[in-house]
Amino acid sequence: MVGPVNYSIWLAVVLVELVSLVCLLWRRAFSQHFTLLLYLCSCLATDIGNFSILKTSGYDSNAYFYFYFYAESMLTICLYFVLMNLYSHVFSDMGVGKYIRAGAMLILAGTAGISYYMVATSASRFVTHFVVELGQNLYFVGVVLTYLLWGAMAKLRENRTRLMQLVLSMGVYVSLSAGSYALNNLYPNHGFWQYYFPITSMWLPASWAYTFLKVPEDARLATASVLVPNQ
Amino acid sequence: MMAVIIFVVSILTLLQFFVSYSRSLIAESRGHELSEQAREICGLTARTAAGHQFRRLSELIALCPESGGDGSTLLVVSAYFHLLSFLRRLSAWSIPSAAAWIESERGGCTYAAAVVLDRRIAYNRTIMAQQTSHLI
Repeated sequence: MVGPVNYSIWLAVVLVELVSLVCLLWRRAFSQHFTLLLYLCSCLATDIGNFSILKTSGYDSNAYFYFYFYAESMLTICLYFVLMNLYSHVFSDMGVGKYIRAGAMLILAGTAGISYYMVATSASRFVTHFVVELGQNLYFVGVVLTYLLWGAMAKLRENRTRLMQLVLSMGVYVSLSAGSYALNNLYPNHGFWQYYFPITSMWLPASWAYTFLKVPEDARLATASVLVPNQ
Repeated sequence: MMAVIIFVVSILTLLQFFVSYSRSLIAESRGHELSEQAREICGLTARTAAGHQFRRLSELIALCPESGGDGSTLLVVSAYFHLLSFLRRLSAWSIPSAAAWIESERGGCTYAAAVVLDRRIAYNRTIMAQQTSHLI
């Protein structure tokens, strides 16, 4: 059943997302980073849906399980849009935005297809297994894409501090999520996950709030100072 | 098998992204010139800080009310500092040559904490000044 800890975590998550949304609007960065706004609104909508199902059906119900993981998959797709937005900012001077969007869509469709194939050919064929597998694979592709983006930024000597912090915080989040999903896939029946996933979901909105609140748009930072020790 | 591979790779990339993110926060704080008073309180000279002062600065920061948004910086820098301290203990017998680099990184964390303290002191002074002017 839902206890005071669940309530507190849920409230903290919603508050952090709201603060991040306000920071984004206050700094008037929504036109430049519209996908971030889309992601935060989707997170808020998911949180409200999650909570109402959790309250009516409980944590151990199938309804909660299905809603949680399918909503997570939708959020991961929104995260792909954020990643595409970051790619288009980094490669804005080269005019390759169209190709990036097409490539990301292909990767997204490919990951979903492979996840479905893996579950369909496995012995159990559980739909519930598919959503966990899909989440794990989507996040892992996110890790690879973010890693490639960070590598390109280092190569291009990208020095926009805000963009740098947005990409790095995204890298932390997708790596953490991919690792957690993989571990959840290995050890699914543990009560710990009901607290762990909502807590980790606070990282991205919290880091975005910090970036938009503290880092000015024109701030610059040498990529070397982040990559090379003692420089 | 696939889940194990994804888990291992994700942990490695997580470490790399986390270190880079923490370093970006520290590099950003290097641009902040510490006030004379903050240097005196922190016991720092110029732009160098020693790793062993971090704990004392964290305790001082805990005494000052937050000036808005710097708590998350401190949390990340603190986690990075503890990771470095763990690596220092580990490298003492495995890679002794890494000790100098780890110590300079810990110094960077201390400087970032000093910047947070400086900002909080300045913020509290402003609040005090406003309250005093209201009383007069």
